[in-house]
Amino acid sequence: MDQFLQHALNALVLGSTYALLGIGLTLIFGIMRVVNFAHGELYAMGSYVSYAFVSLLGMNFFGSLFVAAVVGFLLGSIIEYFLLRRRDLKAMDEVMLIMIGVMIIMQNAELWLWGGVAKSVPSPFSQEPLVWGEVSVAPIRLFVLVTAVALLIVFYILIERTRLGLAMRATFQDKDAAKIVGVNVSHVYTLTFALGSCLAAVAGALLAPVFLVTPTMGDLASLKAFAIVILGGMGNLKGAALGGFVLAMVEEFGAGYISTAYRDALGFLVIIAVMIFRPQGLFTIKERVG
Amino acid sequence: MNKKHGLFLLSVIALAALPVVWPDPYILSIVASAGILIIAAISLNLLLGFTGQLSLGHVAFFGLGAYATSLMSLGFDVTLWTMSEPLVVSPKPVWLSFICGILFAALAGWLLGKLAFRVRGSYFVIVTISFAQVIRMVALNWVDLTEGPMALNGIPPLTMWLPGQGVIDLATKASTYWLVLTVGVVSYLLVAALVHSRIGRAMIALRENETLARSVGIRVTHYLGIATIISAGIAGAAGGLYAHTVRIIDPDVFIFMFTITMVIMVIVGGKGTLAGPVVGGLLFGLLPELLRGVVPPAVQWMIYGVLMIAVLVFMPKGVVPSVAGVLRRFTRTNAARDGQAVIRRRAA
Repeated sequence: MDQFLQHALNALVLGSTYALLGIGLTLIFGIMRVVNFAHGELYAMGSYVSYAFVSLLGMNFFGSLFVAAVVGFLLGSIIEYFLLRRRDLKAMDEVMLIMIGVMIIMQNAELWLWGGVAKSVPSPFSQEPLVWGEVSVAPIRLFVLVTAVALLIVFYILIERTRLGLAMRATFQDKDAAKIVGVNVSHVYTLTFALGSCLAAVAGALLAPVFLVTPTMGDLASLKAFAIVILGGMGNLKGAALGGFVLAMVEEFGAGYISTAYRDALGFLVIIAVMIFRPQGLFTIKERVG
Repeated sequence: MNKKHGLFLLSVIALAALPVVWPDPYILSIVASAGILIIAAISLNLLLGFTGQLSLGHVAFFGLGAYATSLMSLGFDVTLWTMSEPLVVSPKPVWLSFICGILFAALAGWLLGKLAFRVRGSYFVIVTISFAQVIRMVALNWVDLTEGPMALNGIPPLTMWLPGQGVIDLATKASTYWLVLTVGVVSYLLVAALVHSRIGRAMIALRENETLARSVGIRVTHYLGIATIISAGIAGAAGGLYAHTVRIIDPDVFIFMFTITMVIMVIVGGKGTLAGPVVGGLLFGLLPELLRGVVPPAVQWMIYGVLMIAVLVFMPKGVVPSVAGVLRRFTRTNAARDGQAVIRRRAA
């Protein structure tokens, strides 16, 4: 097991962004039950916002994170308001197909605007890796890890400790009962979708200097986000965060010790296995799955 | 029923006459490639439309059919873990390979059915997507067998025996077109026969209410399995046609967008109707030609996305049921008017 610590550290960095993606989708898919195939496109859009502001306009990278968050939030609210608000979210297939339509539109809009050539965003930190003994990490990756973990904590507090979070959880537990006690249910829906989209966009913007930005980057991101939500158990925020780290571990150690080429395939095999043997998720107590 | 049969025959004759009426090779190849996707959409409709299970991994069967028939007709050798000698398969006749492709895809369908029908709804969707992704990565990385991104080249065309001319290659645009049309008609009739049989009624019952279907003794998983196997076999046939007409395949036959295209065709045409995928497929197969040169491809796709959402929002049943509904109302009002006229005449 040489390089074990290095792989573990890489997995932590990757896992922290997976966790961001996963938490965003947990809000939307796990709680609202919208099978949101556009989630990865919001992630890709975040990356492009970062590219546009940092590489083209010469803006500060940290500022672009904030812009990406705002754009993601606004776009999420627009999608929810125009396409989902008057819809019966129980008609799962129909909503899913609408979101696939959104995915097609967004992905091709990116292709049209920016072209198919991969773009790179310069890192705001030095290229010199930080080295401790046998382990090394690029400063930008460390920044990604720290920011992602900070965001995870903020969102955890938001959902579990604030009145807004309470309203959200109440709405998704029982919509009608929440209405009766005075929760503005349609605001909660819009806000939830917008917050989930915002998280995806921030994850994309954070990762823009780490990976290359391409129009199709959202495809795998969507699939992985679904995998993470399911690993963690539907609607379970802590589970989704853990699920992100589990998927990253599987990929990172699989790539390190089994096969680099099958890195993504290993992730999907884990998804199939979990769906078959523990469809309720790795970290939840058993409940019926429909 | 008779009117429907007549309409079906008429459409087939009209489609079959196209190469004679309009022998432009460009048009024929466009319609033939649309036809291949229509066959795939017909197979998807069996699952999505008649059993209500949305498989977003359908491209796996298409690609497996394409790869299986190509490898059989080209010959291959493969070494598995425990074997000391590689297993060498010599090139097989094209039609035998084509059948093998269908059977292999059907086998994959059986496997997916076994794995995926333990769960339903969005969980089923995720399992099917993951399945297709794993297979795509195997095709990409098992270079010894599939040549990976270097692609399989020189796949032979399908052949036919004609009296007086012997065995000829089906490589001209017109012959390819007729070949695709034939396979398409066979697939359509197969699905039609299935849907109107006892099995089909069981499928529709479980689509409408699975718990109720189970309670009256319908073996739900059994029928879902049958539907998946047949659907996968037809998709494999479409993949085989693709391989033998394009004559070169690479792991891009497994891309998610192929599945999305099939789904759009089925949804826009009308899921759960026999004519739906054909009408939707013709619309989406020919739309690119109308838009070619007018707007760039990315914008074309954006238009498809908007169209798909518009259809879902404004005619959620799809084009075919909506148009049929309008026609029926039209004829009914006519009949009613005639009826009233008769009554008035009698009264007078």
